[in-house]
Amino acid sequence: MTARKYAIGSDANARAMEAVKGRSLWDDARRRLFRNKAAVTGMIILAVMVLAALIGPYLLPNDYSHLNRDNVWASPGEAGFVLGTDSLGRDLLARLLIGLRVSLAVGVVATAVSLVIGVIWGAVAGYAGGKVDELMMRFVDVLYSLPFIFFVILLMVTFGRSFILIFAAIGAVEWLTMARIVRGQTMSLKQKEFVEAARAAGLGPMAIIARHIVPNLLGPVVVYVTLTIPTVILVESFLSFLGMGVQEPLTSLGTLISQGARDMEIAWWSLVFPAGAMILTLMSFNFIGDGLRDAIDPKDR
Amino acid sequence: MLRFLFRRLLVAIPTLLVVITLAFFLMRAAPGGPFDTDRILPPEVVAAMEARFGLDKPLPVQYVEYLGNVVTGDFGPSMKYQDKTVLDFIKEGFPVSLKIGLSALILAMGVGVTLGSLAALRQNTPADYSVTAIAILGVCVPTFVTAPLLLLLGKAVDWGLPSGGWNDGALPNMVLPVIVLSLPQIAIISRLTRAGMVEVLRSNYVRTARAKGLSEWTIVTRHALRGAILPLVAYLGPACAGVITGSLVIEEIFQLPGLGRSFIIGALQRDYPVVMGVVILYGALIIVLNLVADLLTALLDPRVRLS
Repeated sequence: MTARKYAIGSDANARAMEAVKGRSLWDDARRRLFRNKAAVTGMIILAVMVLAALIGPYLLPNDYSHLNRDNVWASPGEAGFVLGTDSLGRDLLARLLIGLRVSLAVGVVATAVSLVIGVIWGAVAGYAGGKVDELMMRFVDVLYSLPFIFFVILLMVTFGRSFILIFAAIGAVEWLTMARIVRGQTMSLKQKEFVEAARAAGLGPMAIIARHIVPNLLGPVVVYVTLTIPTVILVESFLSFLGMGVQEPLTSLGTLISQGARDMEIAWWSLVFPAGAMILTLMSFNFIGDGLRDAIDPKDR
Repeated sequence: MLRFLFRRLLVAIPTLLVVITLAFFLMRAAPGGPFDTDRILPPEVVAAMEARFGLDKPLPVQYVEYLGNVVTGDFGPSMKYQDKTVLDFIKEGFPVSLKIGLSALILAMGVGVTLGSLAALRQNTPADYSVTAIAILGVCVPTFVTAPLLLLLGKAVDWGLPSGGWNDGALPNMVLPVIVLSLPQIAIISRLTRAGMVEVLRSNYVRTARAKGLSEWTIVTRHALRGAILPLVAYLGPACAGVITGSLVIEEIFQLPGLGRSFIIGALQRDYPVVMGVVILYGALIIVLNLVADLLTALLDPRVRLS
């Protein structure tokens, strides 16, 4: 983008501009983001957690589903189990890492689903305007006022506790806000000269949306995505807590917390560590999201 | 005003219809039925039961009949509990959920507005930062984490509060559920109040009040607060939805005989009419509260024009 801008001027002009090397909006945003201590802390914690969830399970001596009948309810540190074991003698650390992996995966994939639906829906509605826009957004309004948690529960009951379905069900509900944000942005982008230029050059509406509108939505969408992931993780855990999440022996943070709440009289660690991991994850995402918002949209501070 | 009300009601009806339709077909698509028990019933018995509840008819016919019944206020009998109707469930469960939810909302309002105003009046002081920290914690620590952690803490320090049960709504039984349910709302309300207050304190009419020589207390409580909590009215609908969602977990953890539990148990047991009844009730409640919130905002804030 910058290269193209400079190419317009003459050679001398370009050399003069080299000397003062302008900073793009994104450079500025990155600078502001990295100055934000909370956001940087969040990023570091999250990076560690993602790494641990991805490769941690392979480094542990105990498998998350392996039953150690001799070490039931081992307390943290006992018999080589760093975080102790559960009622079946399964290593809590291994289970925690797998649970973290599942929760993060659900968060990312469901958010991706909501991203795709929301961006397409919002961009088309905003760009089309008029009756189409009215109809599409009225549909969003109707869905918005549904008691959505009941429908997610009904979906889980209906289609069983399948992994894919959790993604789809949560993603299909979370796209509404995304569509609203994208529509608003699209409506203002539509008025810009570069869209007019594209239209004058003979580009069709779909091509304009894909090539010129969507790339310019990046800022607000990125912010909203980082705030949607923790929401989705929360919903998944909520379902797991009610016994409608992923199936044993697979686990998620919500399932672990639910088991921990049941077992806490005997084994406090089975509740405290998953709960801590959950809080840490949600906080990291929220800090990063808030930091991104301040960085990308400084006028909104 | 009347035209606005009329138009909104016109949207509310299809919304409710969508709620009913989605819930109806989702529930019916679920594998199994209300008469699957551990003990396998003879097929004739199941057939007789299905005929009794009209489940032998084609699904579209059942749907139309159900709609007709709902319009006349008949939510049907429970399919799992003999001689109990859905209205019985609602009569028993809703007061419990309502009492807890309303108490939580009132507590959240009181604490949230106080904390938020305090933070706005002492901007960028330790007091402000602690309120921000509370707000972040409230958002990041979900109810299903707070509740067991509080119970664990209660076991350690023994504050003498029961860890569950309803006991006809006795105060000690209410304390923990209400606190847990209100925490996320306290977080959001204090954040909204702080933002509103910061803006209002800079406004002209507050400066006028200052110029008149009113005391800080009068300025805040009589003038600033009114403007600052206006955004809260619009939050009424989402707050209610949040409390209903939270109550599903709270009623489970604290073993309260509320409507949320009826819904979960009903969904797992395929007690179709009970599930439908709860979804319709809560759906209607949220729709009505959103409408009330919009109307109130317009009534309280002359700058808002209803369109």
